[in-house]
Amino acid sequence: MPNVTYIAHTGESQTIDVPIGMVVMEGAVRNGIDGIVAECGGACMCATCHVYVDEAWLSLLDPIGEEQEEMLGTTAAERKPNSRLSCQIPMRADLDGLIVRMPDRQT
Amino acid sequence: MPGVVIVGAGQAGLEAAAALRTQGYAAPIALIGDEPHAPYQRPPLSKEYLLGKQSADHLPLRAPVYYEKHSIALRMGETVTALDRPARLVHTGKGEIHYDKLVLATGAHNRLLAVPGAERVLYLRTRDEADAIKGRIARSSHIAVIGGGFIGLEIAAAARIMGKQVTVIEALPRLMARAVPPLLSDFFLDAHRREGTEVILDATVQEITKNSVVLTGGRSVTADWVVAGVGVIPNVDLAYSAGLSVGNGIVVDEFLRTSDPDIYAVGDCADHPNPFASGRARLESVQNAVDQAKCAARGIMGSPAPYRDVPWFWTDQFGIRFQMAGLSGGHDQTVLRGKIEDRKFSVFFFKQGRLLAVDSVNRFGDHVAARKLLTAGTRLTPQQAGDETVDLKTLRAGG
Ligand SMILES: Cc1cc2nc3c(=O)[nH]c(=O)nc-3n(C[C@H](O)[C@H](O)[C@H](O)COP(=O)(O)OP(=O)(O)OC[C@H]3O[C@@H](n4cnc5c(N)ncnc54)[C@H](O)[C@@H]3O)c2cc1C
Ligand code: FES
Repeated sequence: MPNVTYIAHTGESQTIDVPIGMVVMEGAVRNGIDGIVAECGGACMCATCHVYVDEAWLSLLDPIGEEQEEMLGTTAAERKPNSRLSCQIPMRADLDGLIVRMPDRQT
Repeated sequence: MPGVVIVGAGQAGLEAAAALRTQGYAAPIALIGDEPHAPYQRPPLSKEYLLGKQSADHLPLRAPVYYEKHSIALRMGETVTALDRPARLVHTGKGEIHYDKLVLATGAHNRLLAVPGAERVLYLRTRDEADAIKGRIARSSHIAVIGGGFIGLEIAAAARIMGKQVTVIEALPRLMARAVPPLLSDFFLDAHRREGTEVILDATVQEITKNSVVLTGGRSVTADWVVAGVGVIPNVDLAYSAGLSVGNGIVVDEFLRTSDPDIYAVGDCADHPNPFASGRARLESVQNAVDQAKCAARGIMGSPAPYRDVPWFWTDQFGIRFQMAGLSGGHDQTVLRGKIEDRKFSVFFFKQGRLLAVDSVNRFGDHVAARKLLTAGTRLTPQQAGDETVDLKTLRAGG
C-alpha cells in the first residue's frame, strides 16, 4: 500500500499507509493527525485540509481544478505555489512516498 | 472535576469536543450519542455514499485513536434521558454524569408523513437509514420520492443515476421552495426532467399502497417503494423538560447560551440570533454545526465572542454543483450573473441595495468571493453584481 508522510509545522513527522482511492486528507483524519481538519469532509468547501506538497512530488499531481483553485484563495495559512487541498489529492500507486507539510493553522 | 458533557454525537457535538481541545480545555469531556456509530458525516449519505462511490470507511469524522489521544470520552449507544440542572447532572440509560458546562447538540429528526400507508415509507437521516435505502434502490425499478427539497432531490438524482425510474412528488408549486427563488427552482426542475425524472408539483399524497402513491384528485404513481424528505423537527424534548426556553429549536443568545448560562446549544437544534437573517434562525448545515461548536467552545473557555459566521451550504445533483453563501430570506431584489443556458450562473440577493446572499450554479469563484464579501461586509452594488467585467475579488472592504 502506498504511504504518505505528514509533517506537522512543529517538525513532527508521521508516515501512514493510505489505500489507493482514498484521498490524502482521509489518510490524516483516519489516523488522528491533527494538522488537517477537513470540516467539510472533502467536499472542497472549507479549505481546512490545506497542505504544502513537497516539491519533488508537485509535478506528479493532477493540475489544480477550478474549484480547488478558488478554495485555495481562502486558506487560513499563507497560500504558496505548492499549496494544495489534501481532499483533492486521490492516492495513486505512483504517489507512494508522498510528503506533505501541514500549516500552523487551518482555521 | 466534572468538565464538559456534550449531548448528541453528530457533527456539532464532535466539533464542540474538538474545538474545546484545540482551544486548550484540559478538564474531562464526555461526548454522548444514542446512535451506534461514532460521529460521522451526513452529507455523503444522500450523495457519494448512496451512489456507492464512497464506502462506509469514508464516513467517520474522526478515527478511534483521535478520541483516545485527546481524552474525549466517547459514549455511543447511550441516550440522555433527563437533565437535572440544580444538581448539574445528566441522566442516561446507563447512569448519571456531572457537568460544569453542558452542550446540547441533539440535532433534528425527520418529519414523518401522516397518511394511510405511511409505515411503508423510508426516510434518510442516519447511516443505517442510508444503508436501508441503498438496498431498496438496488432491488427496485420504480421509486417515488415525496418532497422536492435538497435531500429528496439528491436521493432522486442518485436513484436516477443508478438507472431507476423516479417520480418526485412535491406539495408546493416549485422545487426547494423554502430555500431558493423561482428561477433556481425552474433550473433544477428542468435539470431533473432532462435526466428523465418525473416531477409532479402541487401534489398532495393521500395514501401509500403496496405499489403506488395515490395523490389527492385520484392520480396514482406506480412505485415499488417510497422515500420521503419532508423536513426535520429539532430535538428539543430534553431541553424543554428541563425548563429551558424552546421556540423553533432550543433558544440561545448570540453566544449560543440557552436560558441557563451553563448550558449551550449548537447545530441543527439551535434557534439562534443570526446577523445574516432578519432575526433568529435555525440552520441545518455543516457550516453552522462546525462554526457554532467553535463559538460555544470559546464561551466555555471564558472568551466569548458572538456567533457571526457567514452561512454556506452546498448540494450536488447530477453533477451540478450548487453553492449558497449568506441567507436570502427577506430579499427585495435579485441580480443574475452569467447565463442560465450555460449552466454556470449566480443569483445575487439584495435587500435595500445591501448584499444578503449569493446562490451559485457551477460558479465556484462567485461563491468564494461571496463568502469573502459577506464576511468583510464589503459593499457590492446590484450593478456590479450583474456586470461580469467587475472582478468580485478585487472589491475592497468599506469600498
Ligand atoms: C442526508 C443528508 C444530507 C445532507 N447534506 C448536506 C450538505 O450537502 N451540506 C450541508 O451543509 N449540510 C448537509 N446536511 C445537514 C448536516 O448534515 C447537518 O446540518 C448536520 O449533520 C447537523 O449536525 P448536528 O450535530 O447539529 O445534528 P445531528 O447530525 O442530527 O446530530 C445529533 C445527534 O444527537 C443524537 N441525539 C439526540 N438526542 C439525544 C439524546 N437525548 N441522547 C443522546 N444522543 C442524542 C442524535 O441521534 C444524533 O446522532 C445533510 C443532512 C442529511 C441528513
Ligand atoms: S476537506 Fe474541506 S476543502 Fe478539503
